[in-house]
Amino acid sequence: MSEAAVSAPADSEEAVPKSKETLRRLVQGDLASLRVVIGLALIWAIFQFENDRFLSAQNLTNLMLQITAIGLISVGVVYVLLLGEIDLSVGAVSGLAAAVMAVLNVKHGWSPYLAIVAAVAVGMAIGLLQGSLFSRFVVPSFVVTLAGLLAWQGALLQVLGSTGSINLTDPKITGLANTFYSDAAGWIFAAIVIGVYGAVLFLGHRRRVAAGLDSESFARLGLRFGLVAVVTIVAVTVLNSDRGVPLALMILLAFVVGMEYVVKRTGFGRHVFAVGGNAEAARRAGIRVNRIRVAVFGIAGTMAAIGGIMAASRLLAVNQNSGGNELLLLAIAGPVIAGTSLFGGRGSVWTALMGALVIGSISNGMDLLALSSAVKFMVTGGVLLLAVLVDAIARQQRQGSGRV
Amino acid sequence: MSNGAPLLELEGVSKRFGPVQALDRVDFAVHAGEVVGLVGDNGAGKSTLVKTIAGIHGADEGTIRFEAQEVSIAKPQDATELGIATVYQDLALCDNLDVVANLFLGREEVSPGTGGVSRQLDEARMEHQTSQLLSNLAVTIPSLRSEVGTLSGGQRQQVAVARSLLGEPKVVLLDEPTAALGVAQTAQVLKLIRRLREQDLGVVVISHNLVDVFEVADRIFVLRLGRAAGEFDAEATTEEHVVSAITGVGSEGEKRNGETGEGRG
Repeated sequence: MSEAAVSAPADSEEAVPKSKETLRRLVQGDLASLRVVIGLALIWAIFQFENDRFLSAQNLTNLMLQITAIGLISVGVVYVLLLGEIDLSVGAVSGLAAAVMAVLNVKHGWSPYLAIVAAVAVGMAIGLLQGSLFSRFVVPSFVVTLAGLLAWQGALLQVLGSTGSINLTDPKITGLANTFYSDAAGWIFAAIVIGVYGAVLFLGHRRRVAAGLDSESFARLGLRFGLVAVVTIVAVTVLNSDRGVPLALMILLAFVVGMEYVVKRTGFGRHVFAVGGNAEAARRAGIRVNRIRVAVFGIAGTMAAIGGIMAASRLLAVNQNSGGNELLLLAIAGPVIAGTSLFGGRGSVWTALMGALVIGSISNGMDLLALSSAVKFMVTGGVLLLAVLVDAIARQQRQGSGRV
Repeated sequence: MSNGAPLLELEGVSKRFGPVQALDRVDFAVHAGEVVGLVGDNGAGKSTLVKTIAGIHGADEGTIRFEAQEVSIAKPQDATELGIATVYQDLALCDNLDVVANLFLGREEVSPGTGGVSRQLDEARMEHQTSQLLSNLAVTIPSLRSEVGTLSGGQRQQVAVARSLLGEPKVVLLDEPTAALGVAQTAQVLKLIRRLREQDLGVVVISHNLVDVFEVADRIFVLRLGRAAGEFDAEATTEEHVVSAITGVGSEGEKRNGETGEGRG
């Protein structure tokens, strides 16, 4: 049979009109980032309509401080979700790490730096342990980390001892969540962010052109650059008109950008996606699947500890409730709301930030409206359910169109 | 087709799983620039033979020669190092990754970055190599950056074959490359197999589909109950002859060379 005649219908069968394609990608989660931006805009509009203090500089600064801890924990959760696994211990680990830091610093007089390093090491060790148990014995990660959730909560009570609460006074520790930079420093940060982003875009474009590949048009590159520049400038303007750019936000952004770089631009990150997409294929490609799994749970434990430290710094104390309540569920819900799949292999670290913003905005807005706990719990539960449903529907539609 | 010594040659290879004799003194050879169709009924030992060559499980008896040198293939890496690539039926692709990422999975190109500080995946180089490789093979895929899960079955098969070629193998084993493909897609894959032959590779195609085998194979090798049950020149034989060798029913006299032809026990 003629080959030319055969290949032609197959090609046209794959061509899909562009607008339909965009709509499909929006529904199926490829454009989840756009979906979450629209959702966030709606949430902000509703709360601003109900209470005009919502979008004030002061409240937006508070919002940034409120989302730091949860966002940092979510960064680790994203890695675990990319594997298609779950870590139910991150809340408890964040509380335990904060308690370790507090006890070492306050009761044993360790330097704040050493206490922080020890706390992070505890989180990392717990993550590595859970990851090893999960991968070595092929126990569902859900069970291993559920056991961890209970055990580390117990460890938290044990570490805190009879007092049950430790107040943090060391300025190095409390400063983490309570430092604000001057206006000038804020603008310098903005200039650095915009400059570095521009350089990355330009160099990436040049590399592709040098390799003889298609690259995005200058219009699209310019649009992306302009968008980032405008968001950065608006954010710094707003933050400067209140107390200034908070250190906490810088820490969160640094981890989000750094960990996004690792997951999207390094071989390790590529392997995380591969294991989450098809572990057997990854294994046959020579990837040491279990090593990736252990490392990812190590990252989750580490990020949980860092989040716990930031939460303690903001609260100025560690108590028996640290890392408890709905923190765990919100830290997992955030990335899912923002488009990281619960089924593995799809997502980005940005969803940790965007998800924390969505969840933080809802919580902050309901506080401003002085809604009762009853309403807050139900609304938050509803949002979580909605996020999971959207993720599941997106997956079904992908399967429907032959994609898994 | 068989010019000179075979690229890969198996002599008297046997493999036993407990009481089951999966392969019984099988002689098998592939030459450079030759497509061998490996056919047989379910349980005839096709998969066992391929897995033996691919190093998934070693042979119990027999010798394997690669480029006239006697070699031992005990694990998959041995086969890969010799230059034997295998594409399994399930393709082992990550549907959530794009074509480039799948091709380079497990052997990503890394650029040293500025002063070794910003080591990162060299996407531009990988994409460049991918597009060269695919155009060499005359494989057309709408976008190298589309997720493999969005591709058609034929395209996925072609991506899997292309991936096996990155290690510059000399022999390629294809396990049911046309199973579950439509007519047009099957034609694409068969065209790709012919490309591999043009590039002087030795190709082994396992298939249930005799029509496809006759379409591409130069030589057809039949296994039945773990034994070699016939070897045919694809040009000079008919489907009936091959079928009778597969089933063991019909005219035994049509069998060609080196066939012991014992009855079934």
